[in-house]
Amino acid sequence: MNQPTEKKLVATDTESQAQQKATSPGSAPKKRQKRSIKFKEGWTILLFLAPALAVYGLYVVYAIGMTFYYSLFEWSGIDQDFNFIGLQNYVFQFTDGVFWQSVSNNFLLVAASLLTQLPLGLIMALLLFAPIKGIRFFRSVYFMPFLMSTVAIGILFTYIYDPSFGLVNELLGFVGLEALQRGWLGDESTAIWSIIAVVVWQFAPFYMILFRAAIVGIPEELYEAADIDGASKFQRFRKITFPLLIPTIVTSSILSIIGALKYFDLIYVMTGGGPNNSTHLMATYMYDHAFSYFNMGYGSSISFSMFVIALIVTIFILFIDRKRKGEF
Amino acid sequence: MVLNIIKKFLLYLLAIALLLFTGLPFFAMVNTSFKEQLEFMQSPWSLPESFNLEQYMLLFETDFFTYFGNSLIVVVISVILTIILSAMASYPLARLKFRLSTPIFVLFLVGMMIPIHTTLVPIFQLTQSMGLYDSLWALIGPYVAFALPVSIVIFTQFLKELPVELEESAKIDGCGHFTLFWKILFPLLKPAVATITIYNFIIMWNEFIFALVLTNSPSNATLPLGLREFHGDFSVNVPGMMAALTLASLPLLLIYFIAQERIVKGIAAGSVKG
Repeated sequence: MNQPTEKKLVATDTESQAQQKATSPGSAPKKRQKRSIKFKEGWTILLFLAPALAVYGLYVVYAIGMTFYYSLFEWSGIDQDFNFIGLQNYVFQFTDGVFWQSVSNNFLLVAASLLTQLPLGLIMALLLFAPIKGIRFFRSVYFMPFLMSTVAIGILFTYIYDPSFGLVNELLGFVGLEALQRGWLGDESTAIWSIIAVVVWQFAPFYMILFRAAIVGIPEELYEAADIDGASKFQRFRKITFPLLIPTIVTSSILSIIGALKYFDLIYVMTGGGPNNSTHLMATYMYDHAFSYFNMGYGSSISFSMFVIALIVTIFILFIDRKRKGEF
Repeated sequence: MVLNIIKKFLLYLLAIALLLFTGLPFFAMVNTSFKEQLEFMQSPWSLPESFNLEQYMLLFETDFFTYFGNSLIVVVISVILTIILSAMASYPLARLKFRLSTPIFVLFLVGMMIPIHTTLVPIFQLTQSMGLYDSLWALIGPYVAFALPVSIVIFTQFLKELPVELEESAKIDGCGHFTLFWKILFPLLKPAVATITIYNFIIMWNEFIFALVLTNSPSNATLPLGLREFHGDFSVNVPGMMAALTLASLPLLLIYFIAQERIVKGIAAGSVKG
């Protein structure tokens, strides 16, 4: 719907730019030639960009705008009964305990991701450079969880956590810790942690790849110089590897935080937000309202809040990162 | 010397512990898929008595291969469209100077942090009003739209590294921008195309939420949806479920073992440089 405006925006700008450039001083014939080239250039730019901008504009930019618009209504989503209520959906969010429960679960997931996925990913990446025989095999297996679809992972781990025949309880019985056996996903106190463990399992390999790529990019000379100075392995890590990995750590943190804020699939498959709403995330709670209870106005307001939170967090990290860079 | 051996031992211990952590669930999945139901009931986590493929044969009697085919159709079309659209958009962004270049690039870049869920309700409404609801076509638009940011970032990165002389000589030969781009620059982008193809293939093959919201009937379900369907219907037959999970993961594992380096590079390029 905003596809034509999008196109027009680009067109008018490139045209005006072309005209602007054309009026710059120069001899008359040259001027005309320049103008026609520039004008043609404007059309080229437009034609190359238009398809991507149209799709992106429609499914992302327009959609986000519409989410905010819908969030101002009390609306089921399946009939035409729009009831404008202003910001009341947002006011209701403030008093909705389950919403806050899901926000706090999201931030729990953020913290757990930062504190476990990233260090684990880094350890795995460093191991790949260690003198271990058959390291290619290790690397292949380490990376496999990331290739599996989240739905498949969710189903697989439902069985692994199963109270009667699950692998976790089986292993606990094997080492004599029968007391700890339980229905991991059915128990309110363990459900969210059980899921977080799976998220870590799924994404640590991803960060391993990022860190590995960054370590490969560190110039060999630095280590050679350190060896000449007689630096220990740990000193090499602390003084060379780690500082040079900081940009990667920043990007990984952003990806990890954003990923944790928009997490959905695993919870939906494994617990659907239960037991007793204890594992809801913003995304699953939003989905329930919009597509299970047909409460699309409220669902939209939750998803718009998600967007705002993700935006604020990203800006915050980028701000800190810029400050850090400024200090050096 | 002794210290070295201890160090080495600890290193291997850690490596093997992580191997078990990442590999054991996989092993359990594949292992169980070769079992018979009764055998699984009696000893769920032991090795199978024989490698019987009975559970895999059973999948032929289900809709599994419909789901598989649906996923293939949607993913192949979406990836091809993503490549065409993002390559084209990257050309002016990387090689031509114009005033809106940076804002448009940033607009695409922001897309990488947007939660898909923020667009879910409007895309659901939009799909219905376009008459695409509950068809495979409904998925292609959102898949392409959300694949564009990463793909454009990777393409512009590659395009910027190509020498300027390419264009200059092409212009002297009287080439237009279209010929210049598709005939001269695009063939040089092969590594980027491979990277983007594999990266998006993984993401789209596993995509769940758009498929969940935008399709409804089993005949239009993609693989992740189908697996969930199985999970509900055949939860009693655990080995059968595991066979389905194994088979569903197979294409990506195969691609991974064939093109490991490319995947690894792709993921690094898509995230670090972005």
